[in-house]
Amino acid sequence: MIFDDNLKRSILLDHYQNPHNKGLVDDERYHLIHNASESCIDDIKVQMLMEEGKVKDVRFDGVGCTICFASTSIMSDLIKGKSKEEALDIINNYYNMIEEKDYDPDLLEEANAFDTLSKQANRIKCGTIGIHAMEDLIKSYDGQ
Amino acid sequence: MFDVDKIRKDFPIFKNDPGLVYFDSAATSFKPQCVIDAVNDFYTRHTANIHRGDYDNSFIVSKDYDDTRKVVSKLLHNDDPDQIVFTAGATASLNLVAYGYFLDHLKEGDVILLTLAEHASNILPWFEVAKKTKARIEYIPLNEDGTFNIDNYKECLDKYNVRAVSLPYVSNVLGYINPIKEICALAHEKGALVNADGAQAVPHIKVDVMDLDVDFLGFSAHKMLGPSGIGVLYAKKKLLEETTPMMNGGGANARFNKDGEVILKEIPVRFEAGTPNIEGVLGLKKACEYLMDLGMDNIRKHDDEIVRYLIGKLSTLDNVKIYNPRSECSIVAFNVEGIFAQDVGSYLNSLGIAVRTGNHCAKVIDNIIGTTETIRASVYLYNTKEEADKLYGAIRDVTLEKCIGAII
Repeated sequence: MIFDDNLKRSILLDHYQNPHNKGLVDDERYHLIHNASESCIDDIKVQMLMEEGKVKDVRFDGVGCTICFASTSIMSDLIKGKSKEEALDIINNYYNMIEEKDYDPDLLEEANAFDTLSKQANRIKCGTIGIHAMEDLIKSYDGQ
Repeated sequence: MFDVDKIRKDFPIFKNDPGLVYFDSAATSFKPQCVIDAVNDFYTRHTANIHRGDYDNSFIVSKDYDDTRKVVSKLLHNDDPDQIVFTAGATASLNLVAYGYFLDHLKEGDVILLTLAEHASNILPWFEVAKKTKARIEYIPLNEDGTFNIDNYKECLDKYNVRAVSLPYVSNVLGYINPIKEICALAHEKGALVNADGAQAVPHIKVDVMDLDVDFLGFSAHKMLGPSGIGVLYAKKKLLEETTPMMNGGGANARFNKDGEVILKEIPVRFEAGTPNIEGVLGLKKACEYLMDLGMDNIRKHDDEIVRYLIGKLSTLDNVKIYNPRSECSIVAFNVEGIFAQDVGSYLNSLGIAVRTGNHCAKVIDNIIGTTETIRASVYLYNTKEEADKLYGAIRDVTLEKCIGAII
Protein backbone atom coordinates (compact mmCIF):
# COMPACT_ATOMS: atom_id res chain seq x y z
CA MET A 1 0.00 0.00 0.00
CA ILE A 2 1.86 3.07 -1.22
CA PHE A 3 0.15 6.45 -0.96
CA ASP A 4 0.69 9.47 -3.13
CA ASP A 5 1.72 12.68 -1.39
CA ASN A 6 -1.75 14.22 -1.50
CA LEU A 7 -3.29 11.26 0.21
CA LYS A 8 -0.50 11.18 2.81
CA ARG A 9 -1.04 14.85 3.53
CA SER A 10 -4.75 14.46 3.98
CA ILE A 11 -4.33 11.39 6.22
CA LEU A 12 -1.92 13.26 8.50
CA LEU A 13 -3.95 16.44 8.50
CA ASP A 14 -7.09 14.49 9.37
CA HIS A 15 -5.45 12.60 12.24
CA TYR A 16 -3.81 15.76 13.53
CA GLN A 17 -6.97 17.83 13.48
CA ASN A 18 -9.29 15.03 14.60
CA PRO A 19 -7.12 12.60 16.48
CA HIS A 20 -8.61 9.21 17.27
CA ASN A 21 -8.56 7.82 20.81
CA LYS A 22 -7.65 11.20 22.26
CA GLY A 23 -8.49 11.98 25.87
CA LEU A 24 -7.47 9.97 28.92
CA VAL A 25 -9.87 7.93 31.03
CA ASP A 26 -10.08 7.70 34.79
CA ASP A 27 -9.89 3.93 35.16
CA GLU A 28 -7.23 2.28 37.26
CA ARG A 29 -7.20 -0.86 35.12
CA TYR A 30 -5.39 1.19 32.47
CA HIS A 31 -1.61 1.45 32.52
CA LEU A 32 -0.14 4.87 31.82
CA ILE A 33 3.14 6.11 30.38
CA HIS A 34 4.24 9.73 30.12
CA ASN A 35 6.73 10.33 27.31
CA ALA A 36 8.32 13.72 26.70
CA SER A 37 10.92 14.60 24.16
CA GLU A 38 13.99 16.34 25.54
CA SER A 39 14.53 18.13 22.24
CA CYS A 40 11.10 19.43 21.23
CA ILE A 41 7.60 20.15 22.38
CA ASP A 42 6.18 16.63 22.25
CA ASP A 43 4.88 15.72 25.69
CA ILE A 44 2.20 13.06 25.71
CA LYS A 45 0.58 10.55 28.01
CA VAL A 46 -0.60 7.23 26.63
CA GLN A 47 -2.92 4.81 28.41
CA MET A 48 -3.63 1.19 27.56
CA LEU A 49 -5.99 -1.49 28.74
CA MET A 50 -5.03 -5.08 27.97
CA GLU A 51 -7.27 -7.99 28.82
CA GLU A 52 -6.77 -11.65 28.02
CA GLY A 53 -3.66 -10.86 26.03
CA LYS A 54 -5.46 -8.37 23.81
CA VAL A 55 -5.20 -4.60 23.44
CA LYS A 56 -8.70 -3.58 24.48
CA ASP A 57 -8.16 0.16 24.43
CA VAL A 58 -5.54 2.83 23.82
CA ARG A 59 -5.95 6.48 24.81
CA PHE A 60 -3.62 9.44 24.59
CA ASP A 61 -3.44 13.15 25.35
CA GLY A 62 -0.92 15.95 25.66
CA VAL A 63 0.82 18.47 23.46
CA GLY A 64 2.55 17.53 20.27
CA CYS A 65 3.35 18.48 16.71
CA THR A 66 1.53 17.13 13.65
CA ILE A 67 3.82 14.14 13.30
CA CYS A 68 3.55 13.19 16.96
CA PHE A 69 -0.23 13.40 17.13
CA ALA A 70 -0.91 11.83 13.74
CA SER A 71 1.43 8.88 14.32
CA THR A 72 0.05 8.22 17.80
CA SER A 73 -3.53 8.47 16.56
CA ILE A 74 -2.93 6.14 13.61
CA MET A 75 -1.07 3.54 15.66
CA SER A 76 -3.73 3.55 18.37
CA ASP A 77 -6.26 2.56 15.70
CA LEU A 78 -3.97 -0.11 14.29
CA ILE A 79 -3.28 -2.00 17.50
CA LYS A 80 -6.69 -1.77 19.13
CA GLY A 81 -8.30 -5.20 19.28
CA LYS A 82 -5.05 -6.96 18.38
CA SER A 83 -3.31 -9.62 20.43
CA LYS A 84 -0.09 -8.73 22.18
CA GLU A 85 1.96 -10.51 19.50
CA GLU A 86 0.07 -8.93 16.60
CA ALA A 87 0.35 -5.46 18.11
CA LEU A 88 4.09 -5.80 18.73
CA ASP A 89 4.52 -7.11 15.19
CA ILE A 90 2.79 -4.01 13.78
CA ILE A 91 4.92 -1.75 15.94
CA ASN A 92 8.13 -3.51 14.89
CA ASN A 93 7.19 -3.22 11.24
CA TYR A 94 6.59 0.48 11.80
CA TYR A 95 10.05 0.86 13.38
CA ASN A 96 11.56 -1.05 10.46
CA MET A 97 9.89 1.32 8.00
CA ILE A 98 11.28 4.33 9.90
CA GLU A 99 14.73 2.72 9.99
CA GLU A 100 14.60 1.85 6.27
CA LYS A 101 14.70 -1.88 6.91
CA ASP A 102 12.42 -4.52 5.38
CA TYR A 103 8.82 -4.28 6.52
CA ASP A 104 5.35 -5.41 5.52
CA PRO A 105 3.34 -2.39 4.30
CA ASP A 106 0.10 -4.39 4.46
CA LEU A 107 0.30 -4.44 8.25
CA LEU A 108 0.69 -0.68 8.55
CA GLU A 109 -2.37 0.63 6.66
CA GLU A 110 -2.57 4.42 7.20
CA ALA A 111 0.82 4.40 8.95
CA ASN A 112 2.31 3.98 5.48
CA ALA A 113 1.88 7.74 5.27
CA PHE A 114 5.13 7.92 7.24
CA ASP A 115 7.14 5.87 4.75
CA THR A 116 9.45 8.79 3.99
CA LEU A 117 9.81 10.04 7.56
CA SER A 118 13.21 8.34 7.69
CA LYS A 119 14.48 11.17 5.46
CA GLN A 120 13.66 13.73 8.15
CA ALA A 121 16.16 12.80 10.81
CA ASN A 122 15.06 15.52 13.21
CA ARG A 123 11.42 14.41 13.05
CA ILE A 124 11.86 10.69 13.66
CA LYS A 125 11.48 11.22 17.38
CA CYS A 126 8.15 12.99 16.76
CA GLY A 127 6.93 9.99 14.76
CA THR A 128 7.93 7.40 17.34
CA ILE A 129 7.38 8.97 20.76
CA GLY A 130 3.78 7.76 21.10
CA ILE A 131 4.56 4.40 19.54
CA HIS A 132 7.40 3.75 21.98
CA ALA A 133 4.92 4.42 24.79
CA MET A 134 2.51 1.85 23.32
CA GLU A 135 5.28 -0.74 23.02
CA ASP A 136 6.28 -0.18 26.65
CA LEU A 137 2.65 -0.32 27.76
CA ILE A 138 2.11 -3.69 26.07
CA LYS A 139 5.23 -5.01 27.78
CA SER A 140 4.11 -3.57 31.10
CA TYR A 141 1.34 -6.18 31.17
CA ASP A 142 3.86 -9.05 31.05
CA GLY A 143 3.54 -11.41 33.97
CA GLN A 144 0.13 -10.07 35.01
CA MET B 1 31.23 51.66 4.89
CA PHE B 2 29.52 48.41 5.80
CA ASP B 3 29.16 46.52 2.52
CA VAL B 4 27.26 43.31 3.07
CA ASP B 5 27.83 42.05 -0.49
CA LYS B 6 31.54 42.42 -0.01
CA ILE B 7 31.37 40.73 3.38
CA ARG B 8 29.50 37.75 1.93
CA LYS B 9 32.38 37.20 -0.47
CA ASP B 10 34.58 36.49 2.56
CA PHE B 11 32.39 33.53 3.53
CA PRO B 12 32.94 30.50 1.27
CA ILE B 13 29.68 28.88 2.37
CA PHE B 14 27.70 31.40 0.30
CA LYS B 15 29.57 30.31 -2.80
CA ASN B 16 29.21 26.62 -1.99
CA ASP B 17 25.53 26.82 -1.06
CA PRO B 18 24.15 29.86 -2.87
CA GLY B 19 20.47 29.11 -2.17
CA LEU B 20 20.80 28.84 1.59
CA VAL B 21 19.10 31.48 3.74
CA TYR B 22 20.71 31.22 7.16
CA PHE B 23 18.95 32.75 10.15
CA ASP B 24 20.51 30.60 12.87
CA SER B 25 23.70 32.43 13.74
CA ALA B 26 22.72 32.51 17.41
CA ALA B 27 23.30 28.73 17.30
CA THR B 28 26.53 29.03 15.37
CA SER B 29 27.94 31.46 12.84
CA PHE B 30 29.50 30.98 9.44
CA LYS B 31 33.28 31.38 9.14
CA PRO B 32 35.17 33.80 6.91
CA GLN B 33 38.04 32.50 4.77
CA CYS B 34 40.66 34.17 6.99
CA VAL B 35 39.55 32.08 9.99
CA ILE B 36 39.50 28.90 7.93
CA ASP B 37 42.95 29.76 6.59
CA ALA B 38 44.33 30.30 10.08
CA VAL B 39 43.14 26.87 11.20
CA ASN B 40 44.35 25.31 7.98
CA ASP B 41 47.72 26.99 8.18
CA PHE B 42 48.33 25.36 11.53
CA TYR B 43 47.70 21.94 9.99
CA THR B 44 49.50 22.45 6.70
CA ARG B 45 52.41 24.78 7.46
CA HIS B 46 53.04 25.39 11.12
CA THR B 47 52.13 22.26 13.06
CA ALA B 48 53.82 22.34 16.44
CA ASN B 49 52.98 22.21 20.09
CA ILE B 50 53.19 25.48 21.99
CA HIS B 51 55.73 26.45 24.62
CA ARG B 52 57.53 23.12 24.29
CA GLY B 53 59.69 22.99 21.17
CA ASP B 54 63.09 24.52 20.56
CA TYR B 55 62.40 25.10 16.90
CA ASP B 56 60.96 27.76 14.62
CA ASN B 57 57.44 26.41 14.12
CA SER B 58 56.90 26.10 17.84
CA PHE B 59 58.10 29.68 18.37
CA ILE B 60 55.82 30.97 15.62
CA VAL B 61 52.75 29.13 16.87
CA SER B 62 53.47 29.97 20.52
CA LYS B 63 53.72 33.64 19.70
CA ASP B 64 50.46 33.59 17.75
CA TYR B 65 48.78 31.72 20.59
CA ASP B 66 49.98 34.20 23.21
CA ASP B 67 49.16 37.17 21.00
CA THR B 68 45.56 35.97 20.83
CA ARG B 69 45.11 37.01 24.46
CA LYS B 70 46.08 40.54 23.45
CA VAL B 71 43.72 40.54 20.46
CA VAL B 72 40.81 39.23 22.56
CA SER B 73 41.70 41.86 25.18
CA LYS B 74 41.45 44.57 22.55
CA LEU B 75 38.02 43.32 21.52
CA LEU B 76 36.86 43.33 25.15
CA HIS B 77 38.65 46.56 26.10
CA ASN B 78 40.51 44.60 28.76
CA ASP B 79 43.80 46.09 29.96
CA ASP B 80 45.47 42.87 31.15
CA PRO B 81 45.80 39.89 28.76
CA ASP B 82 46.46 37.60 31.75
CA GLN B 83 42.76 37.94 32.52
CA ILE B 84 41.92 35.97 29.36
CA VAL B 85 41.61 32.20 29.90
CA PHE B 86 41.02 29.92 26.91
CA THR B 87 38.28 27.37 27.51
CA ALA B 88 36.27 24.96 25.39
CA GLY B 89 33.47 27.53 25.02
CA ALA B 90 30.89 29.57 26.94
CA THR B 91 29.56 26.52 28.78
CA ALA B 92 33.04 25.52 29.93
CA SER B 93 33.72 29.12 31.01
CA LEU B 94 30.57 29.18 33.06
CA ASN B 95 31.36 25.84 34.65
CA LEU B 96 34.82 27.09 35.56
CA VAL B 97 33.25 30.09 37.28
CA ALA B 98 30.63 28.05 39.10
CA TYR B 99 32.80 25.11 40.19
CA GLY B 100 36.26 26.68 40.14
CA TYR B 101 35.36 29.84 42.00
CA PHE B 102 31.96 29.76 43.68
CA LEU B 103 32.11 26.21 45.01
CA ASP B 104 34.84 27.44 47.36
CA HIS B 105 33.26 30.83 48.08
CA LEU B 106 29.63 30.09 48.89
CA LYS B 107 28.14 28.72 52.09
CA GLU B 108 24.79 27.91 53.61
CA GLY B 109 22.45 30.90 53.57
CA ASP B 110 24.17 32.59 50.63
CA VAL B 111 22.05 33.35 47.58
CA ILE B 112 22.79 32.93 43.88
CA LEU B 113 20.62 35.26 41.79
CA LEU B 114 19.51 34.15 38.33
CA THR B 115 16.62 35.02 35.99
CA LEU B 116 14.04 32.77 34.40
CA ALA B 117 15.19 33.59 30.88
CA GLU B 118 18.33 31.52 31.16
CA HIS B 119 20.13 29.12 28.90
CA ALA B 120 20.52 25.69 30.53
CA SER B 121 24.27 26.20 30.85
CA ASN B 122 23.62 29.18 33.12
CA ILE B 123 21.26 27.28 35.41
CA LEU B 124 22.41 23.70 35.71
CA PRO B 125 25.92 24.35 37.12
CA TRP B 126 24.35 26.62 39.73
CA PHE B 127 21.89 23.90 40.79
CA GLU B 128 24.89 21.68 41.47
CA VAL B 129 26.86 24.39 43.26
CA ALA B 130 23.83 25.26 45.38
CA LYS B 131 23.40 21.62 46.35
CA LYS B 132 27.03 21.22 47.33
CA THR B 133 27.44 24.53 49.21
CA LYS B 134 23.88 24.67 50.61
CA ALA B 135 23.57 28.13 49.06
CA ARG B 136 20.13 28.96 47.67
CA ILE B 137 19.01 30.01 44.18
CA GLU B 138 16.57 32.88 43.76
CA TYR B 139 15.18 34.24 40.51
CA ILE B 140 14.86 37.93 39.74
CA PRO B 141 11.28 38.48 38.51
CA LEU B 142 11.34 39.88 34.96
CA ASN B 143 8.89 42.27 33.34
CA GLU B 144 5.92 40.77 31.53
CA ASP B 145 7.65 41.05 28.18
CA GLY B 146 10.75 39.26 29.49
CA THR B 147 12.88 42.39 29.91
CA PHE B 148 15.01 43.00 32.97
CA ASN B 149 13.46 44.91 35.85
CA ILE B 150 16.06 46.83 37.81
CA ASP B 151 13.71 47.52 40.73
CA ASN B 152 13.00 43.84 41.16
CA TYR B 153 16.73 43.25 41.10
CA LYS B 154 17.38 45.87 43.77
CA GLU B 155 14.68 44.32 45.90
CA CYS B 156 16.37 40.90 45.60
CA LEU B 157 19.69 42.42 46.61
CA ASP B 158 18.07 43.99 49.68
CA LYS B 159 16.05 40.93 50.61
CA TYR B 160 18.61 38.16 50.22
CA ASN B 161 22.21 37.59 51.18
CA VAL B 162 23.27 37.64 47.53
CA ARG B 163 26.85 36.52 46.85
CA ALA B 164 26.60 35.66 43.15
CA VAL B 165 24.60 37.11 40.27
CA SER B 166 24.68 35.20 37.00
CA LEU B 167 22.92 36.54 33.92
CA PRO B 168 23.14 36.55 30.17
CA TYR B 169 24.48 39.82 28.76
CA VAL B 170 22.08 39.23 25.86
CA SER B 171 19.24 36.70 26.17
CA ASN B 172 19.49 33.92 23.59
CA VAL B 173 15.70 33.59 23.39
CA LEU B 174 14.51 37.20 23.26
CA GLY B 175 17.57 39.23 22.31
CA TYR B 176 17.27 41.72 25.17
CA ILE B 177 20.43 43.39 26.43
CA ASN B 178 20.70 43.31 30.20
CA PRO B 179 22.09 46.45 31.89
CA ILE B 180 25.22 44.67 33.09
CA LYS B 181 27.03 47.85 34.15
CA GLU B 182 24.26 48.87 36.52
CA ILE B 183 23.80 45.26 37.63
CA CYS B 184 27.50 45.05 38.54
CA ALA B 185 27.56 48.38 40.38
CA LEU B 186 24.57 47.41 42.52
CA ALA B 187 25.95 43.92 43.20
CA HIS B 188 29.35 45.27 44.19
CA GLU B 189 27.75 47.63 46.72
CA LYS B 190 26.48 44.50 48.46
CA GLY B 191 29.74 42.61 48.05
CA ALA B 192 28.30 40.23 45.45
CA LEU B 193 30.05 39.19 42.23
CA VAL B 194 28.56 39.15 38.74
CA ASN B 195 29.04 36.51 36.06
CA ALA B 196 27.78 37.52 32.62
CA ASP B 197 27.19 34.96 29.89
CA GLY B 198 28.54 36.78 26.86
CA ALA B 199 27.74 34.09 24.27
CA GLN B 200 25.14 36.22 22.43
CA ALA B 201 26.73 39.58 23.27
CA VAL B 202 30.39 39.44 22.25
CA PRO B 203 29.61 38.53 18.60
CA HIS B 204 27.14 41.40 18.22
CA ILE B 205 27.83 44.39 20.42
CA LYS B 206 30.74 46.37 21.75
CA VAL B 207 31.73 44.83 25.07
CA ASP B 208 33.90 46.86 27.43
CA VAL B 209 34.71 44.74 30.46
CA MET B 210 36.53 47.58 32.25
CA ASP B 211 33.61 49.95 31.88
CA LEU B 212 31.10 47.26 32.84
CA ASP B 213 33.29 46.30 35.81
CA VAL B 214 31.99 42.77 35.32
CA ASP B 215 33.71 40.08 37.38
CA PHE B 216 33.39 37.13 35.00
CA LEU B 217 32.38 37.00 31.33
CA GLY B 218 32.44 33.86 29.19
CA PHE B 219 31.78 33.31 25.50
CA SER B 220 32.32 30.94 22.57
CA ALA B 221 34.35 31.55 19.44
CA HIS B 222 32.02 29.64 17.13
CA LYS B 223 29.19 32.16 17.49
CA MET B 224 31.52 35.01 16.50
CA LEU B 225 32.99 33.65 13.24
CA GLY B 226 35.59 31.49 14.99
CA PRO B 227 36.10 27.73 15.25
CA SER B 228 34.10 25.35 17.45
CA GLY B 229 35.45 23.97 20.71
CA ILE B 230 37.18 27.14 21.81
CA GLY B 231 36.02 29.99 23.99
CA VAL B 232 37.13 32.48 26.56
CA LEU B 233 36.65 33.26 30.19
CA TYR B 234 37.47 36.83 31.08
CA ALA B 235 37.84 37.24 34.83
CA LYS B 236 39.40 39.80 37.12
CA LYS B 237 42.88 38.70 38.05
CA LYS B 238 42.32 38.69 41.79
CA LEU B 239 39.38 36.33 41.25
CA LEU B 240 41.40 34.06 38.97
CA GLU B 241 43.97 33.84 41.74
CA GLU B 242 41.25 32.40 43.97
CA THR B 243 39.92 30.04 41.29
CA THR B 244 40.75 26.34 41.41
CA PRO B 245 41.63 24.82 38.04
CA MET B 246 39.12 22.14 37.03
CA MET B 247 41.79 20.12 35.27
CA ASN B 248 45.33 19.46 36.28
CA GLY B 249 48.16 18.10 34.20
CA GLY B 250 50.89 19.02 31.79
CA GLY B 251 51.20 22.68 30.99
CA ALA B 252 49.46 23.74 34.20
CA ASN B 253 52.26 22.97 36.66
CA ALA B 254 55.67 24.52 36.99
CA ARG B 255 57.18 21.98 39.41
CA PHE B 256 55.96 18.95 41.29
CA ASN B 257 57.39 16.00 43.18
CA LYS B 258 56.16 12.51 44.05
CA ASP B 259 54.92 13.63 47.48
CA GLY B 260 52.22 15.74 45.86
CA GLU B 261 53.81 19.12 46.27
CA VAL B 262 52.80 21.11 43.22
CA ILE B 263 53.63 24.62 42.21
CA LEU B 264 51.03 25.71 39.68
CA LYS B 265 52.02 27.82 36.73
CA GLU B 266 51.01 31.43 36.65
CA ILE B 267 47.64 32.79 35.60
CA PRO B 268 46.09 32.20 33.09
CA VAL B 269 47.97 29.12 31.81
CA ARG B 270 47.27 27.16 34.99
CA PHE B 271 43.68 26.85 33.73
CA GLU B 272 44.78 25.39 30.40
CA ALA B 273 46.20 21.99 31.36
CA GLY B 274 47.19 19.67 28.54
CA THR B 275 47.87 20.62 24.95
CA PRO B 276 45.19 23.20 24.24
CA ASN B 277 43.03 23.70 21.17
CA ILE B 278 45.82 25.60 19.41
CA GLU B 279 44.21 25.89 15.98
CA GLY B 280 41.02 27.03 17.70
CA VAL B 281 42.88 29.83 19.42
CA LEU B 282 44.56 30.86 16.16
CA GLY B 283 41.16 30.89 14.43
CA LEU B 284 39.69 32.92 17.28
CA LYS B 285 42.43 35.50 16.81
CA LYS B 286 41.49 35.99 13.15
CA ALA B 287 37.81 36.13 14.03
CA CYS B 288 38.42 38.92 16.57
CA GLU B 289 40.51 40.83 14.05
CA TYR B 290 37.85 40.43 11.37
CA LEU B 291 35.14 41.74 13.73
CA MET B 292 37.28 44.70 14.84
CA ASP B 293 38.11 45.57 11.22
CA LEU B 294 34.41 45.82 10.50
CA GLY B 295 33.79 47.63 13.79
CA MET B 296 31.44 46.34 16.47
CA ASP B 297 29.27 49.45 16.28
CA ASN B 298 28.83 48.96 12.52
CA ILE B 299 27.96 45.29 13.03
CA ARG B 300 25.39 46.17 15.64
CA LYS B 301 23.87 48.81 13.38
CA HIS B 302 23.61 46.32 10.53
CA ASP B 303 22.12 43.52 12.70
CA ASP B 304 19.64 45.97 14.10
CA GLU B 305 18.57 47.21 10.69
CA ILE B 306 17.78 43.65 9.55
CA VAL B 307 16.02 42.80 12.83
CA ARG B 308 13.84 45.93 12.64
CA TYR B 309 13.08 45.23 8.99
CA LEU B 310 12.13 41.61 9.70
CA ILE B 311 9.99 42.52 12.71
CA GLY B 312 8.30 45.24 10.64
CA LYS B 313 7.45 42.77 7.90
CA LEU B 314 6.35 39.92 10.15
CA SER B 315 4.20 42.18 12.31
CA THR B 316 2.00 42.95 9.29
CA LEU B 317 0.87 39.31 9.29
CA ASP B 318 -2.24 38.52 11.35
CA ASN B 319 -1.22 34.90 11.91
CA VAL B 320 2.13 35.76 13.48
CA LYS B 321 2.84 36.44 17.14
CA ILE B 322 6.16 38.14 17.85
CA TYR B 323 7.39 37.69 21.42
CA ASN B 324 10.11 40.34 21.37
CA PRO B 325 8.94 43.25 19.21
CA ARG B 326 11.49 45.41 21.02
CA SER B 327 14.36 42.99 20.43
CA GLU B 328 17.63 44.83 20.99
CA CYS B 329 20.09 42.35 19.60
CA SER B 330 19.94 40.08 16.57
CA ILE B 331 17.05 37.81 17.61
CA VAL B 332 13.42 37.64 16.45
CA ALA B 333 11.25 35.13 18.34
CA PHE B 334 7.83 34.34 16.94
CA ASN B 335 5.18 31.73 16.25
CA VAL B 336 2.62 31.13 13.51
CA GLU B 337 -0.85 30.75 14.96
CA GLY B 338 -2.18 27.21 14.86
CA ILE B 339 1.05 25.57 13.69
CA PHE B 340 3.70 24.15 15.96
CA ALA B 341 7.06 25.84 15.69
CA GLN B 342 8.83 22.69 14.62
CA ASP B 343 6.37 22.04 11.80
CA VAL B 344 7.01 25.56 10.50
CA GLY B 345 10.75 24.89 10.82
CA SER B 346 10.46 21.80 8.62
CA TYR B 347 8.56 23.82 6.03
CA LEU B 348 11.15 26.60 6.05
CA ASN B 349 13.86 23.97 5.67
CA SER B 350 12.14 22.65 2.55
CA LEU B 351 12.54 26.17 1.11
CA GLY B 352 16.20 26.37 2.08
CA ILE B 353 15.63 28.67 5.04
CA ALA B 354 17.40 27.70 8.27
CA VAL B 355 15.91 28.82 11.59
CA ARG B 356 15.93 27.34 15.04
CA THR B 357 12.71 26.08 16.57
CA GLY B 358 12.21 24.83 20.08
CA ASN B 359 12.97 26.15 23.51
CA HIS B 360 16.56 27.16 22.74
CA CYS B 361 17.91 25.46 25.86
CA ALA B 362 15.89 27.87 27.99
CA LYS B 363 13.50 25.36 29.51
CA VAL B 364 12.03 27.71 32.07
CA ILE B 365 11.19 30.66 29.87
CA ASP B 366 7.56 29.57 29.36
CA ASN B 367 6.95 31.14 32.76
CA ILE B 368 7.70 34.45 31.11
CA ILE B 369 6.35 34.41 27.57
CA GLY B 370 3.65 31.77 28.02
CA THR B 371 5.04 29.32 25.51
CA THR B 372 7.83 26.79 25.58
CA GLU B 373 8.49 26.75 21.86
CA THR B 374 9.27 29.52 19.45
CA ILE B 375 10.68 29.98 16.00
CA ARG B 376 13.90 31.94 16.39
CA ALA B 377 15.37 33.83 13.47
CA SER B 378 18.78 35.18 14.42
CA VAL B 379 20.62 37.71 12.32
CA TYR B 380 24.30 38.36 11.79
CA LEU B 381 26.60 40.56 9.81
CA TYR B 382 26.18 38.65 6.53
CA ASN B 383 22.34 38.61 6.45
CA THR B 384 20.49 40.78 3.94
CA LYS B 385 17.07 42.35 3.55
CA GLU B 386 16.50 40.07 0.56
CA GLU B 387 16.90 37.11 2.89
CA ALA B 388 14.49 38.70 5.35
CA ASP B 389 12.02 39.07 2.46
CA LYS B 390 12.32 35.36 1.71
CA LEU B 391 11.60 34.43 5.31
CA TYR B 392 8.70 36.85 5.42
CA GLY B 393 7.26 35.46 2.17
CA ALA B 394 7.49 31.90 3.46
CA ILE B 395 5.77 32.79 6.73
CA ARG B 396 3.08 34.75 4.89
CA ASP B 397 2.25 31.72 2.75
CA VAL B 398 2.65 28.94 5.30
CA THR B 399 -0.25 26.57 5.99
CA LEU B 400 -0.51 23.46 8.10
CA GLU B 401 -0.93 21.43 4.93
CA LYS B 402 2.30 22.81 3.46
CA CYS B 403 4.13 21.99 6.67
CA ILE B 404 2.97 18.40 6.56
CA GLY B 405 3.87 18.25 2.89
CA ALA B 406 7.39 19.33 3.77
CA ILE B 407 7.80 16.49 6.23
CA ILE B 408 6.38 13.52 4.35
